[in-house]
Amino acid sequence: MSTENGSLFDLTIVEAGARLRSGETTAVELLEAVLDRAHRTEAQLHAYLTLDREGAREAAEQADTQLAGGNDLGPLHGIPMALKDNMCTRGLETTAASQILSGYHPPYDATVVSRLRSGGAVIVGKTNLDEFAMGSSTENSAYGPSFNPWDISRVPGGSSGGSAAAVSAGSAFAALGSDTGGSIRQPASLTGIVGLKPTYGTVSRYGLIAFASSLDQIGPLTRSVGDAALVLEAIWGHDPLDSTSYSGGYPDPSADLAKGVEGLRVGVVREFAGEGYEPAVEEATAKTLDALSGAGARVVEVSLPTVDIALSAYYLVAPAEASSNLARFDGIRYGLRVDGSTTEELMARTRAQGFGPEVTRRILLGTYALSAGYYDAFYGQAQRVRAALREEFDAAYGQVDVLVSPTSPTVAFRAGDKVDDPLSMYLTDICTNPLNLVGHPGISVPVGLDEQGLPVGFQVMAPALGETVMFQVAAEVERLAEFTQRPVLAEVAG
Amino acid sequence: MPIEIDIAHVARLARLDLSQEELEGYKAQLGAILDHAAKVQSLEGDPVVEASHPLRFENAFRDDVVRPSLDRDEVLAQAPGAVDGFFAAPPAMEAG
Repeated sequence: MSTENGSLFDLTIVEAGARLRSGETTAVELLEAVLDRAHRTEAQLHAYLTLDREGAREAAEQADTQLAGGNDLGPLHGIPMALKDNMCTRGLETTAASQILSGYHPPYDATVVSRLRSGGAVIVGKTNLDEFAMGSSTENSAYGPSFNPWDISRVPGGSSGGSAAAVSAGSAFAALGSDTGGSIRQPASLTGIVGLKPTYGTVSRYGLIAFASSLDQIGPLTRSVGDAALVLEAIWGHDPLDSTSYSGGYPDPSADLAKGVEGLRVGVVREFAGEGYEPAVEEATAKTLDALSGAGARVVEVSLPTVDIALSAYYLVAPAEASSNLARFDGIRYGLRVDGSTTEELMARTRAQGFGPEVTRRILLGTYALSAGYYDAFYGQAQRVRAALREEFDAAYGQVDVLVSPTSPTVAFRAGDKVDDPLSMYLTDICTNPLNLVGHPGISVPVGLDEQGLPVGFQVMAPALGETVMFQVAAEVERLAEFTQRPVLAEVAG
Repeated sequence: MPIEIDIAHVARLARLDLSQEELEGYKAQLGAILDHAAKVQSLEGDPVVEASHPLRFENAFRDDVVRPSLDRDEVLAQAPGAVDGFFAAPPAMEAG
């Protein structure tokens, strides 16, 4: 795997930034290492929907010129990054992996994209996802699935599976994803990288193609905990273009990265274990808990009984909001149009042809759950579950500093295994979606490999705006796990 | 508890022109998902439902100041049909 560049593509942002500033390498070299890696791995992984080689080369050259002139824009300056293709990029095709947006070139940048650009990051391209971020395997993409760099017969998770595969394989140094029920954390877990869902409202959703607005949150996928903190600091903060954007004080995610966990109270969620959890996942979790105890944390068991029905609430709230958000795709203002003799016929034909099966299923489910006569029994009751869940989390955080669990009950599953059984696919998000319902932050850190060589992730959760302590514990988990393995891919020119 | 779904009505509300066969397939899948979703009814107690935002702040208002918006031609360039600065679509109602 080692190249003449000494595997430049495998460096962390922190390492690459140090080499950039010492003059050992340039932004152009970093970009070429990543593009070369993409060239050799894309035929197997299909992490990207669009590679913007030309735009990225211009941005990298500009980054080098700026650095040479003493104009340092910060930790992401000159770093090649990828974006999930549900974030709008001005003039660069943005499809949300849907036929209905095929050929759409947004007239504006999402706020996160503007922030990355002004921080000097080099945007390499747009990564694959489950259509409109609806899925847990990236098999629901209208443009074909992505695969897992650790075993290309397996899924990379989803919905941010393209972003996860790219960061894991080295065809991006870091990527942004979006997490509505676990869509950053679960693919990070399945591909052996770090994935973060920040507190709801801290990262602007302006320019993120909406799936479920009260649950969606953008966050980073990176190869280290420290890198995740750097990307978070670059993208978060109040944005007047998002009415749910938080305008108060923000914590410092990097403040306590080196502090260790001595004296911290770590709560293990009792409900995230047992039936459905693979032995390798339970073993890796137990080993991590022992290591945290050994490092001075007080590990206690915590019960959150309502998480047992959180998934049911999630699969009412998310489709209900999706059915409303996706009403905008009507064949009138952008994307696909299938003609009809009336506007209504045009809309119904366009939508039937433009949306794939999972999106259609969720629109129907959400429309049903919001329809007259069923609203209170389903949507109204799901909102009460959400409120009960928040009360339980709040009570737990009265006793512990962070909560922990596996990120996913299983390692990466085989492509095709769950596509015909929506409910079994939904169950893969069981440990992650409660945090979307309550709006709290969570991060997945790789802690080991199972006997087949597949990565296992460990989730650290914290109360709203508790990113400092969450990162403190995540950094210690990373140090204790000593997870340094990278996937070994047979390189095939694409 | 078997859940009744008038799938043709739901598809009409959602503006999805699906075939009879597709409707039957989705109806069966929705039934299974809703059986699972109905577990929300097992919640004990009646918690107060507040805004879903975890940070519970007041509604956001901006100053009433005119600002530049997206360029009209650039926006319309993405539309499947545009005429004279407007989006173009067939009649909203049938003639007659």
